[in-house]
Amino acid sequence: MSETTASTTVTEKVAAPEKGYIGLSVPRKEDKRLVQGQGVFFDDVRRHGMGYVHFVRSPYAHAKIVSIDVTAALALEGVYGTLTGDEVAIQTDPFFEMSVAPGNQIRDYALAVGKVRFQGEPVAAVCAATRELASDAAELVAVEYEPLDVLVDGQEALKDDVVLHDEAGTNVVWSGVFDWGDVDTALAEADHVVKIKKLHFHRFSSTPLECSGALVEYERGTGQWTLHCNHQMPGVGAIWMAPALRTGIDKLRFVTHDIGGGFGNKICLHPYYVTLCLLARKLGRPVQWTEWRTDQHLANAHGNERTFLDVEVAVKADGTMTGFKVKAVDDCGAFPRYEPLGCIIWAQVTPGCYDWRNIQVDFTQVVTNKSPVSPNRGYSRMQHLWLTERIIDIVAAELGFDPVELRKRNYVKAEQMPYETPNGCVYDSGDYARCLDIALDLVGYDSIEAKRAEAAARGKLLGVGIGSTLDSGTNNFGQSQLLNPELQFSGNNEAATVKLDIFGEVVVTLGTVPQGQGHETTSAQLVASLIGCSPDQVHVRPGHDTWFNSHAGFSGTYASQFAVTGLMAVRGAALLLRDEMVSLAAFVLGAPEEAIELSDGFARIKDGPPEAALPFMALGAIVNANNAFLPPDFNPTLNHRFVYRPYFGVVDTEKKMGKLTLTYATQIHAAVIEVDRETGVVEVVDYAAVDDCGTRIHPQIVEGQVHGATAHALGAAIHEDFVYDEDGTLLTANFYDYHVPHTLDMPPLKTGFIESPSPTNELGTKGMGEGGGAGIHAVCAAVQDALRPAGAPIVYDSCNPYWRIWEMLQDPEATRANVEVVSR
Amino acid sequence: MEPVRSMPIAVEVNGVTYERDVDARRLLVHFIRDDLELTGTHIGCDTGNCGACTVHVDGEAVKSCMLLAVQADGARIATVEGLAEDGELSALQQAFSDHHGLQCGYCTPGMLMSASYLLAQNPHPSEDEVRKALQGNICRCTGYVNIVEAVVAAGQGGAK
Repeated sequence: MSETTASTTVTEKVAAPEKGYIGLSVPRKEDKRLVQGQGVFFDDVRRHGMGYVHFVRSPYAHAKIVSIDVTAALALEGVYGTLTGDEVAIQTDPFFEMSVAPGNQIRDYALAVGKVRFQGEPVAAVCAATRELASDAAELVAVEYEPLDVLVDGQEALKDDVVLHDEAGTNVVWSGVFDWGDVDTALAEADHVVKIKKLHFHRFSSTPLECSGALVEYERGTGQWTLHCNHQMPGVGAIWMAPALRTGIDKLRFVTHDIGGGFGNKICLHPYYVTLCLLARKLGRPVQWTEWRTDQHLANAHGNERTFLDVEVAVKADGTMTGFKVKAVDDCGAFPRYEPLGCIIWAQVTPGCYDWRNIQVDFTQVVTNKSPVSPNRGYSRMQHLWLTERIIDIVAAELGFDPVELRKRNYVKAEQMPYETPNGCVYDSGDYARCLDIALDLVGYDSIEAKRAEAAARGKLLGVGIGSTLDSGTNNFGQSQLLNPELQFSGNNEAATVKLDIFGEVVVTLGTVPQGQGHETTSAQLVASLIGCSPDQVHVRPGHDTWFNSHAGFSGTYASQFAVTGLMAVRGAALLLRDEMVSLAAFVLGAPEEAIELSDGFARIKDGPPEAALPFMALGAIVNANNAFLPPDFNPTLNHRFVYRPYFGVVDTEKKMGKLTLTYATQIHAAVIEVDRETGVVEVVDYAAVDDCGTRIHPQIVEGQVHGATAHALGAAIHEDFVYDEDGTLLTANFYDYHVPHTLDMPPLKTGFIESPSPTNELGTKGMGEGGGAGIHAVCAAVQDALRPAGAPIVYDSCNPYWRIWEMLQDPEATRANVEVVSR
Repeated sequence: MEPVRSMPIAVEVNGVTYERDVDARRLLVHFIRDDLELTGTHIGCDTGNCGACTVHVDGEAVKSCMLLAVQADGARIATVEGLAEDGELSALQQAFSDHHGLQCGYCTPGMLMSASYLLAQNPHPSEDEVRKALQGNICRCTGYVNIVEAVVAAGQGGAK
């Protein structure tokens, strides 16, 4: 079960130094520049003669574009030029669509062509000498619209009364039934069937503090574009963009340096970037665009909204659950873009943390007149995991089971690892029950009833809730073939280069595109450990550069994978370098290779005389600058690229089965909350997050990711909601109305961990950055628990701000009507 | 009469005096970033909520997107670039690194400027005092846990 491997086997000639720097929280290499304001973010890049771009955006959610007149804008002094959808339609091809017919007939261009489909959709772009002028000129662009009926509800979209994309003729992007095991028999043989009519996972996004943007240069002589940008997945960005621009993929050079957070929200930037490429070519000057916060909320990318209908859960008398069925309606906004993959990606965690063998999911994705979505921290799995956790807590509440005991009864057990799910995924390692015990200890679960009574005396309703999740990392892109068997994507890969330079400096370039995850530091730790030097001696180039850094087709930083793909690529390259350093030292020192050890920046003869030692500088200098004495058949380069390719095998597109991802980190959270009976205001009063991501390279960085994912989850659970009115106007288009957690909103976080090393890779690591939205699930469970004495309403939405809780307090029966138990 | 659309201003930033003609409508943050090319001060919103652009103006912590450049005429401004002395990190900057109080580093300059203002007023703040002082600064990476810890620790270490 633990079959894994890299594409190239690296023979270890020399035993690696003992753990070295692995597991130590060494100072982050990134910090020194960032705390001094010396980071380089895309908006910091300047070029002579650059113009600033402002987008003209649709005020309507759905309308025909009758005409666009740019005359007045062009007449303004300092305006360099404009671009409209008509020009885009002539100069580019629509972006490729991943779905099958008719969903793949959707025509998606960089600017709106003929019609707008969401509020904030760009219809034209203006470029001028300053940001202010560009904004002024954009206001002078006269666009005549003919408003159309608006569709903002996913279930309504299924009716096709209003159709967004005439070419497709339907709002359905993709639909399919996933059916594993035998759910009908499981339901027929169950002692209880718990039915839930509707659950709703809301729309929010991680809203990185740095908005999107780029400075784009065009070189007329070669047809080459350079994008100084913050795209977090340039490999895939180029796959979208190059065919649309009718150019070769090497004509698009992506350069990133520091990126101010990504969280998946910087994966679908290709429409904006194509516009910038066209403008740079048209105007013959560098063009710069920095998205405004309001624009980001309106028209960058939201997370998926998903409605679960007609859930039926099979439960035995002792609480053992044997499976469930559900209809899922996923609302991806106006254009699917990356999104149809979300129709599949949840299947990486089909049974959640549970040993459920019979699962049927009837999945449909639709378009609506809302912002397009993109991957967002926890992407697609989070929504599904929320469903599994809601199922557990609703079953527990309705049948009178203890939520802790019910979880433990149904969890996949440590002794079942590695565990194959009903759809062929392999949970590599973990101990969910142990993580849960640690989380419960941290919040003092034993004394929770006393705390409940104490809170009640203060007029508060106290509740405790658990969120059990898996952070599946290192995608198998073969899952795209479950969506569309014709798609030519499968597997995964990542690249790194490690070299020893002339003065003994170790230089590492990565294919990954970090946005705060500390890749420079952890890569240096690993390289230093493998070749025997200090992390300070290792220079890891910040950011990504398509021309000068190593990269592979799936390069980027997304889907919780750096700790496996990124570091395994670094490891492979470092081992190749190490072997060559050993061979070179053996040759120079006249000793057998087995006698050479690398440590403290020297190659030495083990137990040899102290003078029999070569500093790394000598090795680098010999190969690079002083190599005349090396024999003709000995050609060390001290410069190695390695591509790591996890092994998955081919997916079964008929049965929709396969190894959809490589590793599964565990996050078990416990939240203690208090609800004010009068107002519905909820406060998180105690919180514990327990993480198991296998081997931790840098514990402080891991813990930082746990904190961050928890904050995102708590924000989403209580405050953050992209709310549209019936006209398709976004009501939460800035940080006033879209409240993200501030210092005073965050409870003190307690953290714990265990390490269940992954058998899938030599480092034992697992990706863990996304978390599985555990905080959302835990808060939903805690709210439901708190409200038990107040009519026991059922928490049916993933966002529970004070007003929704107040409504549940006023009319608990309305939510209870959502649930029915059939017992035999 | 035509309204005045630009005017000359003189400001002292991190000890250096700059004289520039600026558009009357230019925000202080754009003046600092685009005209003075001090790009350590960041922009994270357009509504004054996020605090990434926090600088000190005449000793007060202010959000530089909420002032026009012309309003700063004659002021003494401090930005994140002025915190370290001769390349030596201040105790507060060092505490941010030691406690992993930053991930992507985008909010960090604003956090540092708000925190250094707090420490100037209250050299040994409690956790609650730190949380109150930083409530106008948004971080999307850290959940604030380590930022708060770093500022408290800097106070205990006697940072200015």
